[in-house]
Order: sequence, then structure tokens, then C-alpha cells
Amino acid sequence: MVTEAQAWEVAATVVDPEIPVLTIADLGILREVHVEGDSVDIVITPTYSGCPAMDQIRQDIEAAFRAIGLGPVTISTKLSPAWTTDWMSPEGKAKLNDFGIAPPRTGSDEPILCPQCSAGGSRLVSEFASTACKALRVCQSCGEPFDHFKELR
Amino acid sequence: MSALFTYLLRLADDRLILSHRLGEWSSRAPDLEEDIALTNIGLDLLGHARSLYQYAAEVEGAGRDEDALAFHRDEREFFNLVLVEQPNGSFADTIARQFLFDAFQLPQWKALMGSSDERLAAIAAKAHKEAQYHLRHSRSWVVRLGDGTDLSHDRMQKALVKVWRYSAELFWSDEIEDSLPGVAVLPETLRSEWQATVTAAIADATLTVPDTPSTLLSGRTGIHSEPLGRILAEMQYLPRMHPEAVW
Repeated sequence: MVTEAQAWEVAATVVDPEIPVLTIADLGILREVHVEGDSVDIVITPTYSGCPAMDQIRQDIEAAFRAIGLGPVTISTKLSPAWTTDWMSPEGKAKLNDFGIAPPRTGSDEPILCPQCSAGGSRLVSEFASTACKALRVCQSCGEPFDHFKELR
Repeated sequence: MSALFTYLLRLADDRLILSHRLGEWSSRAPDLEEDIALTNIGLDLLGHARSLYQYAAEVEGAGRDEDALAFHRDEREFFNLVLVEQPNGSFADTIARQFLFDAFQLPQWKALMGSSDERLAAIAAKAHKEAQYHLRHSRSWVVRLGDGTDLSHDRMQKALVKVWRYSAELFWSDEIEDSLPGVAVLPETLRSEWQATVTAAIADATLTVPDTPSTLLSGRTGIHSEPLGRILAEMQYLPRMHPEAVW
């Protein structure tokens, strides 16, 4: 037997395979946990529709429960309301910045700060970078290219 | 086949086929950023198609899943627009095709967000966010190429003329949409916004709106142009040869 709070803790250890500093709780894609008797249902929401990491995340959640002898778990996907980058936790945003990725802004008039030198001026190189959720920018102060987790809302 | 099932396939097939076309650019785009952009957009479209197929499979209730719908239907059972199955051609051709579709799908998703079908409205709310930057991407290329060099201007104009003949079909509908009031969106209601978007971008790009006649095609009822058969042959080969194959 496991409580919902414990099951949440287990699911919250799963990280994004593309950005391993972020857990699915930091990202805001872990939505609900339901426990009934021995069965656990984890509800997640996709970030980007085409994100190939979602299938990996599903497998990783199952593995996390299996590793501690719990389960089987079912994983449901909930589309509504749709995920936005505003659901990312402040801790998640700080971790992202430390990892070298400029976090999504809350308001669109805030400057995008370079994760290397914290300067505010940068130029957009491509709206599509290493993954669908990131844009590629170049800092005009230190000249370093960096990924920006772009806002989706 | 219920009307809702057919309607969902019409929506999903547009996305699946166009995403396959965009995937064909992988490693072949003019530069690395664009390679990634086109395939990223293709992945989004594939994600939208999957959501729609999963729902369609449940609506049908015949034991088929999303893969069965994508890989085990033949050409005449695909209901996508003839526009989206057209070969990639040059980069300008791809951008022209993409732009006409993006300008259509953005208001289409927006209208579907208000669908009385909750599941469809949820898929639309998700997809609409992404369709916004898809349109920003293709529109910016139309402008950049049109308002670029003489060569890029000329090629963008020719590309627009080439795809224009497929544009009328965007607004075609039949008793399927008519029989789903409140659930489906009548494409005709999207025409004015599409026209405004397209005309404004073409003007910004110093290009001319083509006056080539656009014939009504029948992709929505399963009558396609030759290239669809070739896409399906490539796309469906593996799952049909090895039906039990898994990743």
C-alpha cells in the first residue's frame, strides 16, 4: 500500500530525458496521482505535442515504481487545460538557468538573460533549436550561443 | 463509419501526410537551423495527428489503434487535402505549401477550441499554441524570400503560383461537417481570415497574389493525386512487412 503523497514523491523523481536537471514535477507535467488499493494512476500532460520525450517519460515512471516494488502503474494523459511554460516551478527555472538554458519568461516583456553572463541583450538565431521547446540565441555581450526554453502559452 | 470518425480522419490525415513531407527534409534543408525547424514542425504535426487518431480509434470502437489507422489504410481511405501530399519540390515550394496550410490551420484550431466535443476542443487548445509559431515560421520565410534577391523573389512567386491551384480545396466540405453542428468547423467560415493572412504576407513579401484558377479537388473523399500513393508506400512499408515490429 502506498499513499498518494508517497506515489507523487516516486513519480516526481523522474527526470526529463532531454533536460535531466528537471524533474517532471519541476516541468509541471506531473498533474495528478490517484491511488486505489494497490493500483496507482499517474496523470501527466504533454509539453509539446510532438515531444518524443513523452514516451520515454512514461517508461521511466513505470520503471521508477517497479524499482521499489510498487505497481503496476497506469499512466494517463490529460490534454486539458493545455500545458504552458508558466507551470514550470521557480526551482525548475533556476535549475534550467544553472544548466545553461535560459528559462521561459513569465511575462513576454521581460528580457531573456544569457545563462553564461546574465546580460540581457541577445539575438534570435533560430526559433527551433536542439529540441522543439527551445530556441537558439546568441548573447550580444559575451558572444556565446545559448538555448532559450521558449514560452508557450 | 460515423461522421465524427470521418471528420477526425480528415483532420488527422492532413497532419500525418504533411508531417511526413516535412520529415523528408531531414538532413536536406538549406541550413542546419532550417533542417531542425522543418522537422520540429513535422513532429508537432505528427503529435496532433496521433491525438486525433487515438480519439478516432475510440470513436470507431472497432479495435483499431492509431498505428492501424496510420499504417493499414489504403490511399482511397485517406481523407487529407491534395495540397499536403504534394512533393517538397524546392525550399520555396515547401514554404508555399506550408504557408497556405498554416494560415488555414491556425483559425481552424482556434474555432475547434470552441467545439462542443470536449476531447476535440482539448486537442485543439493544445495544437493551437503550436500552430501559432508554425505560421510565424512559414510566413517569415515567404516574406524573406519574396523581399529578398531577384532569384528568391522569382522562385517564391513561382512556388505560390504552383500551390495556388490546391487552395480552393481548403474550404470544401460536405454532409460530414454539416451533420456535426457545434462539433465540426465549416471550413468556409475560415476563408476570410485565411485570405487576410495570406494577402497581407504576400504584400509584405512584395509578391503578387496568384490569379491561377484553383480547381476543386476531392482529397476529402479519398480521391488523390499520384504522389500520395508513393508516400504511403514508403511510410507503410515497414509496419506492413513486419506487423509485429516494435521499437
